[in-house]
Amino acid sequence: MNSFSISEALTALSKGTLSSVELVTNCLQQIAQHKKLNALISLVDAGHALAQAQEADSLRAAGKGSIFTGIPIVHKDNFCTIGLRTTCGSRMLANFVPPYEATIVHKLTQAGAITLGKTNMDEFAMGSTGETSYFGSTLNPWHQQYSPGGSSSGSASAVAAGLALAATGSDTGGSIRQPAAFCGVSGLKPTYGRVSRYGLIAYASSFDQAGVIAKSAEDLALLLKTIAGVDDKDATSLCYPVPDYPSLLNQSLRGVRIALPRAFFQETIATPEVRQAIDAAVHVFVDAGAQIIEVELKYLHLWVPCYYLIACAEASTNLARYDGLRFGLQVQDTETVHDMVMHSRSLGFGSEVKRRILAGTHALTAQNFSASYLQALKIRRLIQQELLAIFTQADLLIGPTTPTPAPRLGLAMSNNSTTYDSDIFTVGANLAGIPAISIPVGFHRQLPLGMQIMASHFAEAKLLNAAHQYQKMTDWHKYAPPQKEKKI
Amino acid sequence: MKWDTVIGLEVHAQLATATKLFSAAPTVFGAPANTQTSFVDAGFPGTLPVLNREAVLMALKFGLAINGQINDYCFFERKNYFYPDLPKGYQISQYAQPIISNGYLNIEDGNLCKKIWIERAHLEEDAGKLIHDPEKGRSMIDLNRAGIPLLEIVTAPCLHSINEAILYLKTLHQLLRFLGICDGNMQEGSFRCDANISLKPKGSQQLGCRVELKNLNSFRFIEKALTYEQQRQQLLLDQGRPVSQETRLFCENTGTTKLMRSKETAQDYRYIPDPDLLPINLAEFDQRTIKNNLPPLPFTLKNSLQQMGLHKEDIQFLLASPANYNFYAAVVAQGSVDHNLLVQWLRGSCAAVLKEHKRDFSDPPFTAQDFFKLVNALQKETITAFRAKKFLAAAVTEGSNLADLVAQEEIQTLVPSASIEEFIEGLLRNNPQQVYDYQQGNEKIFGYFIGKVMHFCKGQADPKQIHALLKKFLH
Repeated sequence: MNSFSISEALTALSKGTLSSVELVTNCLQQIAQHKKLNALISLVDAGHALAQAQEADSLRAAGKGSIFTGIPIVHKDNFCTIGLRTTCGSRMLANFVPPYEATIVHKLTQAGAITLGKTNMDEFAMGSTGETSYFGSTLNPWHQQYSPGGSSSGSASAVAAGLALAATGSDTGGSIRQPAAFCGVSGLKPTYGRVSRYGLIAYASSFDQAGVIAKSAEDLALLLKTIAGVDDKDATSLCYPVPDYPSLLNQSLRGVRIALPRAFFQETIATPEVRQAIDAAVHVFVDAGAQIIEVELKYLHLWVPCYYLIACAEASTNLARYDGLRFGLQVQDTETVHDMVMHSRSLGFGSEVKRRILAGTHALTAQNFSASYLQALKIRRLIQQELLAIFTQADLLIGPTTPTPAPRLGLAMSNNSTTYDSDIFTVGANLAGIPAISIPVGFHRQLPLGMQIMASHFAEAKLLNAAHQYQKMTDWHKYAPPQKEKKI
Repeated sequence: MKWDTVIGLEVHAQLATATKLFSAAPTVFGAPANTQTSFVDAGFPGTLPVLNREAVLMALKFGLAINGQINDYCFFERKNYFYPDLPKGYQISQYAQPIISNGYLNIEDGNLCKKIWIERAHLEEDAGKLIHDPEKGRSMIDLNRAGIPLLEIVTAPCLHSINEAILYLKTLHQLLRFLGICDGNMQEGSFRCDANISLKPKGSQQLGCRVELKNLNSFRFIEKALTYEQQRQQLLLDQGRPVSQETRLFCENTGTTKLMRSKETAQDYRYIPDPDLLPINLAEFDQRTIKNNLPPLPFTLKNSLQQMGLHKEDIQFLLASPANYNFYAAVVAQGSVDHNLLVQWLRGSCAAVLKEHKRDFSDPPFTAQDFFKLVNALQKETITAFRAKKFLAAAVTEGSNLADLVAQEEIQTLVPSASIEEFIEGLLRNNPQQVYDYQQGNEKIFGYFIGKVMHFCKGQADPKQIHALLKKFLH
């Protein structure tokens, strides 16, 4: 039951060989047994979850269920949940209980999903190893000395360890895809504007996108169908019809054109094991009839600096609201408002968050604006244009999700720019606003490896189809971490 | 005077939308603190702004009315600074690309006639309000005002006298109200003005160092502040001392301006285009239709009223507020009426009785139709002025229906001539001394007799008739 995908669970539920109560009970047990992973910041009351499961079983029995009735999920802790603490992995919001909920949470709840808890994350989504969380690092369920990735650390870890059947995540520079790759699960970042950002606590507004992590592309298709769609509470969500993704997974790969950027496969950009795994995966596609087109990415070396500059600039203004006056941490016994705000922010934010706020503030100062921020916007457009041009000649773009498998915990803190550089493959999709998915393609010393597939705006159906076809021909996605900790 | 005065004015006008610029919270003035504040207004985590289309429409109306350039591609920017009344730590405003630029407003009164250039008008959200309680040693934040749409209207530094400045403000104020986009209530903060003033050597092309004046809460105070500041700067310059670039607050008690902050280190707001909002899609708005459907504007109305032969003060009264003019127009629409009589009554007894009971023409206790009947009756002399005034008062204080009162009065017979004559006969017989005095030349007695007859008639007689009858009996 630990490695049930949603699809498998739904089949079992409809057949009656499984009940929601059993499913939820099992997840709660897994959660209890895997406390050490530190994947969850908040857990709902078990009694409440089981009551919901019972109700789900009744609804299903009466033929009144919805798509996700009785399916247990968890939400990344930057999605506002009514009455349930939402911390963003930060001391600043350690006691913040939202009186409203994120649209994506609302939609999944309306579709019957049962929320079990809120997952751990890098603070305010800034980080790629889970180590900037105020609530301590999340561990990789495959090897507990290793990072699960970030910033959706807890979400990926939870799905891999069977704590829930799916998790929501947010992806600003790779925060869904990279942890999915490190934890051996499937993660989707939709097209920017495909899913509402209302209730997703902002890090970098023009990059942030709400997405999902699950065991298979098939599951992701089900989830995307529910969460996608325009929202009048989010002016950047787009009024684009939502296809029936689950019914579009069975197109043949014959004739599908796959772009492989030469730069993604050169020696220095990724470790040999990663490159080999991707090569093998590409062969699977070729064997199924896909065509390969080699392409150039002239601006690849600008992806990471461009992303970080704009993201930090936007973050610096998005986080200005945390002043302790209306919500969040408020330091007492100060003389002036200025002191109170200063001390609250100094105490409330961790060092990575401060670093990015300062860098962003600096980029936006009058003397730096043109050469920094404005220049980055122009470069962003060039990067986007280059990627979109590729999709006039190809359906998909494939490459590694990460340069290496999961790093050991404790390495990242000592060397920021290396950590930032490891986002090389993922930030492009955020810069261009295009959808991207990461799926498992192998292992290196029992640590999972992921492959990334990108497509053009609103071409999620193509992505999911390709991923699903691959998962029909391989079984990397079916592996689950050993129940007992494995030492390397 | 060896110095030229140069003034530039910045007006923040609250747009009269039902809800805020970026949220659905209401905008009614005076609600209990923080009861008209949505989570978006309070900048709660995860909330997002959504543009209020009505505010854009109002800004467009203004742009069209001042013959300004409508900037098809305009967008919002974040103006970043920390202050307790600014929940997000930034104000959503417009900087590089305002919605309106390069319009003008013609100002004129008897003595001057000038075109004032409006460099730009842009949309932005208002901040909250801080209320200081020194007794309890605390300050409180009310966010009801946070998020209310503002149109910031900025002139070029082309006003060359304080008179021009005040006239411009009054003209602008009137225009905004007649467009229906701002109620212009300065006490409630709907219309706020900051002024920039500098002096330069007479005839010089180079502008002097300007001072920004804030806390100007009425036209009178604006005039006082500018006058004081002009003199202060002149004094300095005459002594050969420089004027520093600073922001000064006007003190109502002393009529002076004092330093608020020095602008030498001007604040860097780190403007950034707001990534939560799309550029404003002006293609959605049919500008030609909007322009054709603009309500009649003050200068057009002024011309037509002048052509109708109304006097300057009457026109001023009618154009003092859209409510005044609209009521007048509604009465005129009922049918043929003596304009001068109508305006005389509106401006006189009607306005007086409304004001006495703290009401105005925006919500009068009688309809235009009813008032038309009243004026008609006065015109036909089927009711007296005395009775008409009483009816107006009754409508205001007792809620009586004006048309009913008029109708009743017209039916009711006036005191018959015979009765009046009989009374006059008796009156004169009983007051032989007064009759004698009158006949000897004391005109005042006549008034005394008029009063007695009026009292007898309880106002239900035509004064002219009484006058004629008395004269007849006295001679």
